[in-house]
Amino acid sequence: MSTVDDKANEIEPFDNKAESTSVNNGNGIAGFTILFFIIGFTASLFIGWIVFPKLLYSKKKQPLDFNHEMHMTLVKNGCESCHFFREDGTYSGVPKLAQCIDCHQEVQGDTGNEALFVEKYVSKGKEVPWLIYSRQPDCVFFSHAAHIKLAKMDCETCHGHIGQSTSLKPYEYNLITGYSRDIWGKNPKNYLGLKTNTYDRMKMNDCAACHMEETGRKSSVSTEKDGCFVCHK
Amino acid sequence: MKIDRRCFLSLGIGATAGTALSPLPWKLMDDISIWSQNWPWTPVPPDGEISYTDSTCTLCPGGCGITVRKIDNRVVKIEGRKNHPVNNGGICVLGLSGPQLLYGPTRVQSPMKNVNGTFQKITWNQALSEITEKLLTIRAEGRSHTVAGIAGSSRGTVPALLQRFLTAYGSPNFYCQSSIEDSFSLSHIQPQNNKTIPGFDLENADYVLSFGTGIMDGWGSPLRMIQAGNAWKTGKTKLIQVEPRLSDTAAKSDEWLPSKPGTEAILALGIAHVILLESLYDQTAINYHSEGFSTWRTAVLAHYHPDKVAEITGIDSRTIITVGREFGHAERPVAIFGRGKGNTPLSLTEMSAVHALNVLVGNVNKTGGVFTLPEPNYISWPEISLDTKAETGLQTKQIAEGGLLHRLPSAIKEAEDSVTLLFVADANPCYTLTDTKEVIRAFKKIPFKVSFSSYMDETATLSDLILPNHSYLERYEDVPVTSGLRNPLIGFTKPIVNPLFQTKHTGDVIISIARAMKGSIGSSFPWENYLQCLKNGLGQHWNPLINNDVVEIKYVPEFEDIPRFAFQIPNDKPQVLLEGNENNMNLTLIPSDSLRLSSGYIGAPPFMMKTLPDTILTDNNTIIQIHPKTAEKLGLRQGCYAILKTPKDEKKVKIHLSQGIGEDIISFPRGLGHTAYDRYLAGKGINFNELIGPVEDTFSGLDVAWGIRASLIKA
Ligand code: SF4
Repeated sequence: MSTVDDKANEIEPFDNKAESTSVNNGNGIAGFTILFFIIGFTASLFIGWIVFPKLLYSKKKQPLDFNHEMHMTLVKNGCESCHFFREDGTYSGVPKLAQCIDCHQEVQGDTGNEALFVEKYVSKGKEVPWLIYSRQPDCVFFSHAAHIKLAKMDCETCHGHIGQSTSLKPYEYNLITGYSRDIWGKNPKNYLGLKTNTYDRMKMNDCAACHMEETGRKSSVSTEKDGCFVCHK
Repeated sequence: MKIDRRCFLSLGIGATAGTALSPLPWKLMDDISIWSQNWPWTPVPPDGEISYTDSTCTLCPGGCGITVRKIDNRVVKIEGRKNHPVNNGGICVLGLSGPQLLYGPTRVQSPMKNVNGTFQKITWNQALSEITEKLLTIRAEGRSHTVAGIAGSSRGTVPALLQRFLTAYGSPNFYCQSSIEDSFSLSHIQPQNNKTIPGFDLENADYVLSFGTGIMDGWGSPLRMIQAGNAWKTGKTKLIQVEPRLSDTAAKSDEWLPSKPGTEAILALGIAHVILLESLYDQTAINYHSEGFSTWRTAVLAHYHPDKVAEITGIDSRTIITVGREFGHAERPVAIFGRGKGNTPLSLTEMSAVHALNVLVGNVNKTGGVFTLPEPNYISWPEISLDTKAETGLQTKQIAEGGLLHRLPSAIKEAEDSVTLLFVADANPCYTLTDTKEVIRAFKKIPFKVSFSSYMDETATLSDLILPNHSYLERYEDVPVTSGLRNPLIGFTKPIVNPLFQTKHTGDVIISIARAMKGSIGSSFPWENYLQCLKNGLGQHWNPLINNDVVEIKYVPEFEDIPRFAFQIPNDKPQVLLEGNENNMNLTLIPSDSLRLSSGYIGAPPFMMKTLPDTILTDNNTIIQIHPKTAEKLGLRQGCYAILKTPKDEKKVKIHLSQGIGEDIISFPRGLGHTAYDRYLAGKGINFNELIGPVEDTFSGLDVAWGIRASLIKA
């Protein structure tokens, strides 16, 4: 028969063993644990920053190519020659066939794109289904007149140097929302709110930031109101 | 070394941390929220240039000016036109729903031929040659008088073209719906055989006594009435509403007199009694404007003492005396007539009794009173040429005696082949005529029916050929407006958009048929097209109309022009009797009109149906209103179903209890129960016109039914 102390003695070596095993294994497991953590961490960073944006967007070609730079040399009134304000102050946006026809009733130059334009659209009286990089949701109210006419802003501030481009870039669109990639911008750092140019990203936070900077208010200058309903009508 | 559970946990934690530090969850969240606010299947109207064009609404007789807002070439909104003499910027729910009538599924998109009950598309050439051939054959057989035409109105160039065509063709059978204007005209003695129409200077009245007139419920020109009614509130004009039902007008009035239905004439005579007894009348004006006063005076004083009148009408005699005195003492009082929307004629007795009040106080042709206006005859076309066939045809008697449309169905049923071909323009008799089932039966007997409707309405559905007109937003047309306005006017519609479908202006169709028939018929239509004909017909009005869309025909009465009112000695029973046996049908069924329901030939568009409260329609059931005491007597409860029986038909209805209706009266919404149009309108509720039949006025022959006897039994 053993005493209580004997039992204690009997157990002790076992405990020591257990302890030493755990310490021995601990060094190996900790290494693995950290390794796996790093694998998980880097893989998800890679997926989140590199793969996901690639999967999220798809590309489409514009129905026709367009040389903004060349047109700018031909028109008198800069961007507003084609992207004009209507008499009532509303903004016309992308030109309709009616405006293009003014010059392109017949083929003028020798570019294949123009010939295609005249053949496919002008002669059939069909509007060109342009894919619009800056299309906004129907629930957003934005007045070009307030920004261009009243605040005297340049087109470039929001749209970049499109006027100097010689061809149209592919239209990249978000597969979930259907909206253009230009809204979030292409550079991954845009996601962090760090942008080099004003036009790199055009989310509503960017509108608010610019308004704050320029006017000290987050949203409307004319209504002197902050809040969702200034832009979301 | 072993890879165990902890490693995987660690991988997961690493992945979670990495993901959290990547844009993935945040961007995904943002995108999903954007997506959920912009469901790709939600229709988004395309952006474009905004433009506004002025025109005139033709959806009811109101003649409001409208401003149509377009984005590029698409109509997106109809607004009331500012500074228009009728509505000054106002618009009703029907006018507002106009775009749905343009783009909605109820449009007839091309000429259609009914082949064994199904409509097949045909070309305009096929349609026009078929109809022309038919007309030539009928005429060659010497039966030109069997061709008839129904128009929605007696005014305007399109009804006039149809009538002109029938005349040149040799048929006297042109019909249109009667109205209170007919009753008014008949109560006057004309200098010539002209028509006199009433014009109310309501904006300047200071005491308005309304005999059931739906001032806020769509009477006359509905928006003008609402605006006048609202101005009375601020200008302290008093409105007294005599009506058995607490209508919107009664609710807005200063005093509501819930008289027993059908006793309006007696109440008017009771009020006249007070005016006569207390000598509050204007003898000079009476001498100027009327005939037969003294005998009438004796009769009224003898038989219409307020106590007696109170017994019949249910209005307290003291109230009658007060109203009589107030009316007699007011500076610019006016009594106004026409129940509800005022689309049905009044008996000559009732018209005379009510209008006599105006004549008594001398407010005829005076500021704030009633004006006796001449018919606006502004169309100037060359004479019609008639050949012998036309002359012979025109000498035959009209199929419906007296030219009264409500008599046409029974005339057709009595004499087979009395009508061999019928044209229907801007009208829907298979819905709007009373005793509708019989109307449809008679209509089906006509061998060939041609509808000019832009919409698949009940009449078009039963026709053999549909020659669809452009919608009112796609065509030029004059819109004559009388509707109780102080000055009648000519409105003008013009194409806001190019025709969307293979439709043709009814005017053009009539002209081309006539010209294809050649001879005197062709030469009566010397115009190349409708636009030329319109320009020619409007003469001096063309330029102002094309520039401004509206011309007011200002009328300053000259003494010798003024038709004289004929005081009618009331007979023993000045009430129009109700159809039905009092013993087994002891309730009175009356219609209730509402601005939220269109009861005319244009069916309510979907927007309008959405505004109906569940005291009018629930689950496609018509709701009738009865007093709680009536319900108690009949063992009915709120919300239960009952069978409503009248001498004409029986229908299942749902009960709504209301203190706003007298005992033993049933109020029934008018404008429901369409069987045609689209799924937003068809099959919803019951058509009131099916439950009631025509009741003729003994003097004028007009259909003056204002209600019918009925019974209610729990279903
Ligand atoms: S009241 Fe009549 S005319 Fe005026 S907008 Fe309404 S439907 Fe049109």
